[in-house]
Amino acid sequence: MTPLQRVSVIAFWFFIVSYAWGARDYGLKPLLIAPDTYVLLGANEHFNFRNGGNIVNTGFIVTDEGVIVIDSGPSRLYGEQLRAAIGRITERPILKLFNTHLHPDHILGNQAFEKLPIAALATTIDGIREQGELFNDSMYRLAGAWMAGTRVVVPTETVRPGSLEIGGHRLQLIAMKGHSHADLMILDQTTGVLFAADMVFHGRTPTTPHADLGQWLDALDALAELDFKLLVPGHGSVVEDRRSIEQTRDYLRWLNAYLHEAAEQGMTMAEVLQPDAPPSIRGLAVFKEEYQRSVTHLYPAIEARALRQGRVVQE
Amino acid sequence: MKRLIHHLPLVLTLSCTSNALYAEQGQADPLDSTMWQDMRRTLLGDAPVVFDDRIRVLAPGDAEDSMNVPVLVDASALGEVTRLLVFAELNPIHKVLEMEPLKAKPLVGFRIKVQQATPIRAAALTPDGMWHVAGRIVDAAGGGCTVPSLGSGNSDWASRMGEVIGRLWSGKGSTRLRLRIMHPMDTGLVPGIPAFHIDQLDFLDASGERLSRLFLYEPVAENPVLTLDLPQRDSVTVLGADNNGNPIEAIISKEIREAEL
Repeated sequence: MTPLQRVSVIAFWFFIVSYAWGARDYGLKPLLIAPDTYVLLGANEHFNFRNGGNIVNTGFIVTDEGVIVIDSGPSRLYGEQLRAAIGRITERPILKLFNTHLHPDHILGNQAFEKLPIAALATTIDGIREQGELFNDSMYRLAGAWMAGTRVVVPTETVRPGSLEIGGHRLQLIAMKGHSHADLMILDQTTGVLFAADMVFHGRTPTTPHADLGQWLDALDALAELDFKLLVPGHGSVVEDRRSIEQTRDYLRWLNAYLHEAAEQGMTMAEVLQPDAPPSIRGLAVFKEEYQRSVTHLYPAIEARALRQGRVVQE
Repeated sequence: MKRLIHHLPLVLTLSCTSNALYAEQGQADPLDSTMWQDMRRTLLGDAPVVFDDRIRVLAPGDAEDSMNVPVLVDASALGEVTRLLVFAELNPIHKVLEMEPLKAKPLVGFRIKVQQATPIRAAALTPDGMWHVAGRIVDAAGGGCTVPSLGSGNSDWASRMGEVIGRLWSGKGSTRLRLRIMHPMDTGLVPGIPAFHIDQLDFLDASGERLSRLFLYEPVAENPVLTLDLPQRDSVTVLGADNNGNPIEAIISKEIREAEL
């Protein structure tokens, strides 16, 4: 082997190995949205092999005492890269990670924060304990190698809703439900930033695997009353006004009405998969996929209610 | 002969644009399934087969819940159909459902369990002895056939088994029947839980005339939700049994309007 050949063989293997080990970079860029407050915006997409599950917004607040992190992302790798991104902004220690709710894109980065307190609502902790592994398995299927080495880390601390004073920031921990059985929102009263978690989607179709539409719509009414300057949705861009709340409400109302009407007309589940939706609804990111998932989540119960209206005689 | 060769491109074009004109021999499987030839041999026998997209097969491209994949098969564009067969090629148990439409439209709505991503295929037999086949691929995380039914983990399933909710809708020239029957529909693929499923349902009118007939197999989802378009009737009797001989019996009739009470 000539020296040149030897160099090219080494270069080839270097390329292969670095591609396999080093190329997976979520490219996380913390965005300063208010004093001390950063958000990392995910893609308005469905999970896929390109985005590696990064379809979610996470955030952190750099208080005088240390850093408060809100959600850990979809994988171990994301969690590690989130920690590294925080480290590039501040040298202050991370005090605590909050998980807003049980869904995989918000909690599977917990591993990178394993030695720190991880806090969530009691129902969320139960949910992660029961369904975390199932989520992890399906994320491997959806995001592939980005998930390498990811395992579920259950939160260690139960959140009690109320006020929390921390390093010059007054945080309001608000327990909601509707998107899931327990949704934690964090309102920083010092900066006016509301981390609304997945109670609010902006420009992206809301997801419903554990949703109760009635509860969710009620909660949105309460949410719109809150005093905030800036809203960070669980998915989609940060907004100043209540537009994203209205958008989420409009979608949920449409979905609820459409499915009820279809069930009342005797349509089968397969027939409602291609809906006749107004442009404002159809135009939301990943509408087709999320709508079809919602049909599976919600239609059986709505349909059963319609079928019970019929008259059946059994011996 | 020369003239025929001259027109060959035209003949080919014509035969490829019209479904009914060409036999399966010359057709590639539109779903490109490795199982297709086996399925054809075991389920459809020696009868001629044609891929025919006049049959509507509605199902999601990606199954959100592998235990409940909604499907609607509608072969009414073919006219008279004597048998309608639905199968999931990559399921451990292929046959899903069979329908003898009789007086009903060759249309059936149901939900199925899938074990992995699979083509879901419908074959409709027309009186000329030809099978018309259409289908679509459903992607899935899978596992739907090898998990116990939710019912078998629930202590009161036996007392509710066979319970029916249902309703009739009158449409143009037909009555739509939708019903849900409580039944675990166990596939027999879970260790210690034998196959236990509804296997036959007859749909009769008040005079006892048989309107349609369904045969269900293991892949039909737990607590089957079925949809049929029957001739116009105010009342339909469902009579059937599961593979253990437990009877299923219910009379579904039009709601009584308040004025009639």
